Amino acid sequence: MDRRTFLEILVGSTAGAGAGFMLTPVNWKLMDDVTIWTQEVWPDFFAGIPERGEVTHANSVCNLCPGGCGITVRKVADRATKIEGRRGYPVNDGGICILGAAGLQLLYGPWRVPSPLRRVGKPGSGKFEKISWEEAISEVVRKLSVLRRKGKAHTVASILGSDRGTVPNLFARFLKAYGSPNFICTTSAEDTSELALKLMQGGKASAGYDLERANFILSFGSGLIEGWGSPVRVIKAHSLWRSGNLRKRATVVQIEPRLSNTAAKADNWYPVNPGTEAALALGLAHVIIRESLYNIYFIRNHTSGFEDWTDSAGNTHMGFKRLVLTEYTPDAVSRTTGIAAKKIVKLARAFARARRPLAVWGRGKGSVSGSLYECMAVHALNALVGNINKPGGVSVRPEIATHTWPRVYQDATALAGFSRSRIDGANTNRYPLTKYLPDRWPQIISRKEAGTIQALFVHDADPYYTTLDTSAVAKAFEQIPFVVSFSSYLDETAFHSDLILPNHHYLERWEDLPTPIGLQKPMLSLLRPVVSPQFDTRHVGDVLMTIARSLGGAVANAFPWRNYKALLKETMGDKWSTMKKTGYVEEADYQPPIWKDAFATRSRRFEFYTTALKRAGMKRNKDLDYLPHYEPITPEGDSETYPLTLIPYELIRLADGAIGNPPFCTKAVEMTELKGNDIFVEINPKTAGDYGLAKGRYAMLETPKGKAKVLVHLSEGIMPGLIGMPKGLGHAGYDGYLAGKGVNVNSLMGVVEDPISGLCATWGIQAKLTSV
Amino acid sequence: MKEVHHKGHGNEHHKGHGRTYKYGMVIDLDKCTGCGACMVACMAENNLPFRKDNTNDRLTQNFWMRVYKISNGRPFPDSEICYIPRPCQHCEGYDHHHHTPCVSVCPATATDYSHETGIVSQIYTRCFGCRYCMAACPYHVRVFNWWDPKWPKGMNKYLNPDVSVRMRGVVEKCSFCYHRLQRARNKAYVEGRREVHEDEYQTACTQACPAGAVTFGDLINPKHKVYKLKDSPYAFRLLEKLGTNPKVYYVSTKDWVRKAGKVFLGNEGRG
Repeated sequence: MDRRTFLEILVGSTAGAGAGFMLTPVNWKLMDDVTIWTQEVWPDFFAGIPERGEVTHANSVCNLCPGGCGITVRKVADRATKIEGRRGYPVNDGGICILGAAGLQLLYGPWRVPSPLRRVGKPGSGKFEKISWEEAISEVVRKLSVLRRKGKAHTVASILGSDRGTVPNLFARFLKAYGSPNFICTTSAEDTSELALKLMQGGKASAGYDLERANFILSFGSGLIEGWGSPVRVIKAHSLWRSGNLRKRATVVQIEPRLSNTAAKADNWYPVNPGTEAALALGLAHVIIRESLYNIYFIRNHTSGFEDWTDSAGNTHMGFKRLVLTEYTPDAVSRTTGIAAKKIVKLARAFARARRPLAVWGRGKGSVSGSLYECMAVHALNALVGNINKPGGVSVRPEIATHTWPRVYQDATALAGFSRSRIDGANTNRYPLTKYLPDRWPQIISRKEAGTIQALFVHDADPYYTTLDTSAVAKAFEQIPFVVSFSSYLDETAFHSDLILPNHHYLERWEDLPTPIGLQKPMLSLLRPVVSPQFDTRHVGDVLMTIARSLGGAVANAFPWRNYKALLKETMGDKWSTMKKTGYVEEADYQPPIWKDAFATRSRRFEFYTTALKRAGMKRNKDLDYLPHYEPITPEGDSETYPLTLIPYELIRLADGAIGNPPFCTKAVEMTELKGNDIFVEINPKTAGDYGLAKGRYAMLETPKGKAKVLVHLSEGIMPGLIGMPKGLGHAGYDGYLAGKGVNVNSLMGVVEDPISGLCATWGIQAKLTSV
Repeated sequence: MKEVHHKGHGNEHHKGHGRTYKYGMVIDLDKCTGCGACMVACMAENNLPFRKDNTNDRLTQNFWMRVYKISNGRPFPDSEICYIPRPCQHCEGYDHHHHTPCVSVCPATATDYSHETGIVSQIYTRCFGCRYCMAACPYHVRVFNWWDPKWPKGMNKYLNPDVSVRMRGVVEKCSFCYHRLQRARNKAYVEGRREVHEDEYQTACTQACPAGAVTFGDLINPKHKVYKLKDSPYAFRLLEKLGTNPKVYYVSTKDWVRKAGKVFLGNEGRG
């Protein structure tokens, strides 16, 4: 008997009774009680009342993105009850972003992997059984021993979210000792930016942006307040720009085809044709050079390849100046970019005449690697105004050196496996400059015969969700017989794994974190346990070392440390005690080198004409190939079948990387982006008129890679002919608070490779939108 | 201390009853990036529930702090957007009957305007869910609990013991994190102080805002930051002409934002 029937009988019997009975309140009171008490949620209400206890605060660092904010966790007894920004911390000084503030939902949520799990159903069915850690580890060891014995050590690969810090280095070390070259990391705009710096300035370093002191920020599509760089730090800088007289301490110019929050907050928004940003940068360079607005001292004394030059063999080569003056006139650039020539001239003058101008690059949050030439073109603007290693400019930032580990002794098997070429093609003749090409392997695996990868380890990444062209990724996963995930959450990759060995959550473990992305001063911070492990999880570092030890021989010998914490302490060396006490060490007095010593290129100058690229043996002969220039990255699909262009966009309220959006953040997503389980695409009313689409109605979105049913949102903030779609939805992992909501835009996109780096440079795809 | 200057009328009540405060907020819309950290910080601080169907419609969503997005309505490429974070406005009203819209309609005395703190309270155990206050509030600040709160297994561990969870059938709203004032007062009392310092009592949204766009404090205390900020030539309050005398001020250098905020929200009053 269900609740409804029960109530109906009750009401029926009451109606049959006499009037006197009707008048007594007892009956009504009972009915009311029954109505309340039969609601299944009622007892939960009492269970939800929190207990009291001693209040304490614990400091740590957030590692949900490369931003590395300091956090203070408010605890009541042994429960963590609130995450707040840590006051006085160099990165965020008390502020926190939406995702960081929701971190406890990730800690205590039902999407945690409770213990080691083994797949029991078909691959991808999501059916797992709980197993013990001993069983789980011995299964990995068994598989790895067999592969090694059969001489297939090189078929083991790992995909990580980063290659910095002790944990990623443990993975790299493990593969080296075991005998595989296939240490792969997911990439971002940071990889392209580092490559551009390496080519133009020499050396290995990351870019630091002095956003606080810049007074003219020219952003080529960077979502400055949408999670670009270290989000809280950049938002804080934005507030600085918006202070002072008339709130214009700095001028912000946003170049992108859609009115993002950054564009909305900017002083000027230039809706450029998507993918033509490099042309605009060079058009600005044209005006700056033609009108001699560049930093003549810097260009003359510290750059090379600006003017035409003659090599030792007597051949004359084209310089940046000639290229830009001939090819990128405002009129020509106007035709490409859709920005009026007059506006280009005005913008160039404003930028070059500003006291401390700064051009920044990296579309959206910077999650897609992007075009190398585009990045170089934007960086060339910084060179023109001479803001390299200057206050308010862009500088190189090294990492804080830590204690180096003993060399790995490789046995014969390891040497044989390690010397094989990488599965992703990085670091080969084709792509000599690139470290990892994580977007290529799915295609490679599905192209080649089965057996290219026999075992895959995934840590701190969710390639199944984040890699473009999801169906190709799914096919690639099918080809891999043994996938091991170390994820704390039941994300897509974990869902499609054979074995999950859950790592401690970031609030439960020790780990070192490198300098937050985009900061000028080197920093090293310490993730520390705020609460005791909530589930049967283990630190990934310890698990990896246990696996190595069980494999025995040279692999075991490569890991002489007692456990991960001992290793961490030893690696941090003399910095450990400070880190343990304050949570971080910072080279506060770090100054980037002066111009004379700043460039590690062969010419010891900033190179507009990159000789490093020439030496890399790319088999390219034109001068153009070594200069920043506009080389269109053409989106997939023919424009006849697919007349519109789909561009994904990023929102700070939607985590779109390896971390799934927590319920609080999903609740905060706008109703014009997600409604129920339906995702909205954003189009201009003009586009809607042209294609017979109506506001709030369903439509079918089709690209060469797939199709999806979407809702239509009309916005005057997007260029006609484009379809905007938010990233971060359409998860299958996690649970009902996120899974099944919207569509994963990655599944509709394909990988378009950058011709030089081979990294994913996709900014859009041709699409069609029809009403249904 | 007597009130020196405050937009609207002075509060002359309760003379001789000790120090009065007027806690209020100044939100800088030029700095607000619409990131939503305030919304999540508020939900985490005040034990707000969440549901799988939260994305369905506005009616079932439960926010104390909600960030609205408004547009200037101009065509591409002249369109602009602006975000407006909206906590409870803690209206004071102007006349001697303290015409706070929600307070005057509540038949259960479940909500009241405190002349001591300037905070509009909400007592959940008194509320019987008639929702008159929701109809009366011009800012859509108040939300009704259509369900008992329910947390996925284990998630109740992060609940804040300083804030009670609310049952089905009652109305709730932003309290300016009143429990934080209580905590700060207790601390001051223990330390033998009468005064709560400005930085001792800050709301969760103010604390979280990465842009520093939200400033909170005593509007009538010249030492507090909000005292000066509220007098900015770019300051305005939402639907000012209704006479609600709200204690949340907004600052925007954009004319269209000030116009939209002063008079109408969204599509109200159009056409």
